[in-house]
Amino acid sequence: MTTLTRREFLKSSGALVVSFAAAPITAALAQVAAGKPALVPTELDSWVAVLPDGRVQAFFGKMDMGQSLEVAIAQIVADELDVAFDKVDVLMGDTGTSCNQGGASGSTGVSNGGRVLRSAAAEARRLLLEGASRKLDVPVDQLQVEDGVIRSAAKQISYAELVGGKYFHHQVEWNKQVGNAMNINVQAKPKSPADYKVVGESFMRRDVAWKVYGTDEFVTDVRVKGMLHARVIRPPRAACKVRGVDEASIKSIRGARVVREKDFVAVVAPREWDAVRAAQRLKVDWHALDGAFPAMDQLHEHIRGAKVVKREEPVKKGDPAAAFSAPGVRIVQAQYEWPFQSHASMGPGCAVAEAGADHCTVWTGSQKPHYVRDGVAKLLGMAPEKVRAIWVAGPGSYGRNDAGDAALDAAFLSKATGKPVRVQGMRSDGTAWDPKGPACVHRARAAIDATGKVLAYEFVAKGFSRQHIATNESDPADSLVGQATGIPAKGTQIFGVPAESYGFENKLLAWETIAPLVENCSPLRTAHMRDPVGPEIHFGSEQFIDELAATVGEDPVAFRLRYLTEARHAAVVKAAAEKAGWQARTSPQRERGGELLKGRGIAFAERNGTAVAAVAEVEVERNTGRVWARRVVVAHDCGLVINPQGLRYTIEGNVVQGISRTIYEQVQFDRDSVSSVDWASYPILEMQDAPAAIEVVLINRPEVAPSGAGEPTMRVIPAAVANAVFDATGVRLRKAPLNAERVKAALSRA
Amino acid sequence: MASFRFTVDGKRVSVNAEPEMPLLYALRNDLGLNNPHFGCGLAQCGACTVHLDGEPVRSCVLPVSAASGKAVTTLKGLGTPDKPHPLQAAYVEEQVPQCGYCINGWLMTAAATLKKNPKASDAQLRDALAGLKCRCGTHVAILRAIKRAQASMA
Repeated sequence: MTTLTRREFLKSSGALVVSFAAAPITAALAQVAAGKPALVPTELDSWVAVLPDGRVQAFFGKMDMGQSLEVAIAQIVADELDVAFDKVDVLMGDTGTSCNQGGASGSTGVSNGGRVLRSAAAEARRLLLEGASRKLDVPVDQLQVEDGVIRSAAKQISYAELVGGKYFHHQVEWNKQVGNAMNINVQAKPKSPADYKVVGESFMRRDVAWKVYGTDEFVTDVRVKGMLHARVIRPPRAACKVRGVDEASIKSIRGARVVREKDFVAVVAPREWDAVRAAQRLKVDWHALDGAFPAMDQLHEHIRGAKVVKREEPVKKGDPAAAFSAPGVRIVQAQYEWPFQSHASMGPGCAVAEAGADHCTVWTGSQKPHYVRDGVAKLLGMAPEKVRAIWVAGPGSYGRNDAGDAALDAAFLSKATGKPVRVQGMRSDGTAWDPKGPACVHRARAAIDATGKVLAYEFVAKGFSRQHIATNESDPADSLVGQATGIPAKGTQIFGVPAESYGFENKLLAWETIAPLVENCSPLRTAHMRDPVGPEIHFGSEQFIDELAATVGEDPVAFRLRYLTEARHAAVVKAAAEKAGWQARTSPQRERGGELLKGRGIAFAERNGTAVAAVAEVEVERNTGRVWARRVVVAHDCGLVINPQGLRYTIEGNVVQGISRTIYEQVQFDRDSVSSVDWASYPILEMQDAPAAIEVVLINRPEVAPSGAGEPTMRVIPAAVANAVFDATGVRLRKAPLNAERVKAALSRA
Repeated sequence: MASFRFTVDGKRVSVNAEPEMPLLYALRNDLGLNNPHFGCGLAQCGACTVHLDGEPVRSCVLPVSAASGKAVTTLKGLGTPDKPHPLQAAYVEEQVPQCGYCINGWLMTAAATLKKNPKASDAQLRDALAGLKCRCGTHVAILRAIKRAQASMA
C-alpha cells in the first residue's frame, strides 16, 4: 500500500468527477474521461468520489429493487466518511460506473455490497484526514470531521477543497473475486458501531417520490431515437422447433417484419401496437414433441420416481440409520410437496438495446446488469468492455425472472436489424415463460424414544435443480435466445437443506435433484426465485417439527426451544411468541366446531446468518376452504440494523409475497405446455386476503456484522401458515398451495 | 387509421390510430407519457389505470376511440410534488411502493373510491381495490396510506 505524499495528494488532479446521476446517460458515457483511473476494484476511485460542491458519490455494483438498499448504502457511506446523509448519492447498476458486485443477489446487498462501500469510504476518510493534516500542519489525531469539514482547534478545510472533483488515484487491495464475493482491504479501520450516527436511523427512500408522482423513468419508458418495437414469439408448446414462418401473414401491417434465426422468431415494427398485432397474427409452423411434461396431477409422483442425478448430504451427525432401527423407538414420517412457481413480475420483462458493429448499450431491468453485459458480449461476439448495461428500475424483480431474456433478446434483435430495439413481453412471457422456482417433494422422518425425546431426524429434499439455468444471464446458454439459436443449456445440479440448529443427536439433512423435463427452451426451466428453495424446503421441515411436537404432546414453541442450540435462534422464537401473545398448549386446538376455525402457528429458520421466526394467526372458512392469514408476527435478527423502517417494509413484503406463494400460487401445465399464462390462471394474493396486521420485532445486534434481510422471512411464512391451519382444523396440509379448493377437500375428508 | 381528440391531464390532444388500438399505446407512444404502465394487457392487474371522465378505467383494453371527446387523467394529473393529491402525500409518508410499477392502479382506483366515499371502511376499501395486483406485497402499507389520506382529508 502506498502512502500519498502531500504533494501527490494535492495534485491528484485528474478530470472532474461529473455527476452521472444528473447527466443524461449518453453524456455520462462521454464523461468517462481522460484522467479517470480504470474502473477496476483496485482503484478507490471506482467506489467513491467527492464532487466540487462537497457531495459524495458512491458507486455501487448491486441494486435496490425497492427495498431501501440504496438508502442503507448511503447511510453506511455517510457514517464512515462523516458527511451528512443527504450529501451522499448512490449510483447503482451501471456497468459504466460500477464494478460487478453481483447485482441484487442472495440478500447480500448490505452484508457483502455494503462491506465494500464501508471500507472504501473509511479509506477515503483516512486519505482526506492525512491530506488535511499536511495542509493544515496539524497531526491527524488533533483533527475532527464534521459533515465533510476537517477541523483542528484553529483551522479547517473541507473535503471539497481537498479533493473535490479530483480523483484519489489510490490503490486498494482486491480479493480478486467478482460478484457477491467481491471485497477490498484497506488500511483504514472502519468505525466502531458505537460511533454510528447515521446507520440505525430510518431515513426515507429516494425512489418513492418519483414513483408516486410518475416523474421519472422505468426501463419500460426508455426511448432511443429510431428504435423499433419487438415482440418475441415463444413456442405454443414445450420442446418446439420452427418448421417455417409465413412472413406474408403480417404483410398488411405497415413496417412490420420477421426476424428469425433457427428456432428464435420475433417481429419488429416502428410502432409498438403494430409489433403487438404482428405477433398475434404471425403464422409460424411449429413442430412439437408430444407429451413433454407429465400430467400435472402426476408431477410429484414423477419427482418421487425420477432417477436421482445428484445427491449431497450437507449435514450428517451421529448414526441416524442405527437410531432408526433401535428397539422401542417410534417412527414418525411425512412427505411434503411444493409446486413450480412463477416470478410473475408486475410487468413482463423489458429492455432496450442499441448495437453497433463493435459496441452495444443495453438498458435493462435485470437485477444483475453486469452479467447482462457479459451475456450480451458473448451473444454478439464482442469484448465485455464494448458492452454497457445500464440498470433502470423495472417492473419488479425477485430473482432471475424474464428480464434477463428480454435483455439478450433486445441485443440480438438490435444487431440483427441494425436499429435500436425495444423488447417487452406480453403477460404470458412473464408468467408462462419466465424461469420457475422448482417443484419438489421432501421426505422427513424421526425416531422418538419412550421418553418423547427425538433420537434421530432425517430430511431429504428431492426436486428439480434450482438452477436448470444459471442465476444470471452472463452466458447465452442460459437464455432463451441462446438456446433457440442452438446453444444448448448446461444447467447445474443443486438444491438445499433446512437451515436450523436443532440439536438432534442423530441427524441427516440431504438433497437430491432430478433431470429437467425438457432440456432447452423449456417454460419449466428453473432458476432462482426469492429465497431459492427456502420456502419450498421449510414448508416441509418446519411443518415436520410441528408434527413432532404434536406427536410428543408438546407446545410447538417449547418444543423448538428445547432443541434449538443457537442462542440467536432461540431468541427470535421467543421474541415472536412473546409479541404474538402465544399461549403454550399443544396443537391442534380443542375448539374446532363452527364455520370459522381459528388457529396459530409458528415457524423458524436461519438464512446465511439471519435468524427469523414467524407466528401466523389464521382463519379458515369450513364452507369455502378459504384460509386468511389475519395476523403475522415476525421476529428478525440480521445483526446490525442499518435502516429500521426500510427493514420493516422489506419484511412486510416478504410476509405478503410469502402468504401469496403459500396459499395461491402454482404453475399449471398440461402434457404439452404451461397453461398458467396470466393473472387469472396464475392468481396471487389480492387486497381482500391481505393480513389485517403484520407486526415486526427487530432484534438489533450492533456487534454482529449485518447479514441479509431481502429473503429470510420468505422461508418461514409457508410453514407458519400451514401450522396455523393445522392448529385451527386438526388437518395437516402437506401439499402447497393451500388454496380454498384443496383446503375444502381436505376438511371434508377429515 | 382515424383521428381521435380528447384531453390528457387537462391538455387537448389528438391521436391518429386504429380505433381498436388500446388507449395505453396512445398515451405511452403517441403522446410520450411515461405512465401508465403495461402490466398484462388483459385488464387483470391495474398498472395501466387512468381516469376517464373521473372513472378509473384499464387503458390497456379500452380502445382509443372510446376516449374520444373525453377527459383522461393520469397519475401525473392526479397531483404533483408541489400540489400532491392527499393519497400521493400519504404514499410518500408511508413509503409505500417497492418496485412501484403497479402504482397507477392503486392510486387512481383509491382516488376514485375516496371521492365517492371519503369515509370508506377497511372492508369497503378492500372490496374497492379488488382485482389490483402488487407483486412486492405492499398491500398492508397501501391500506395504511389510504387511511392516512382519509384522516388528512377529514
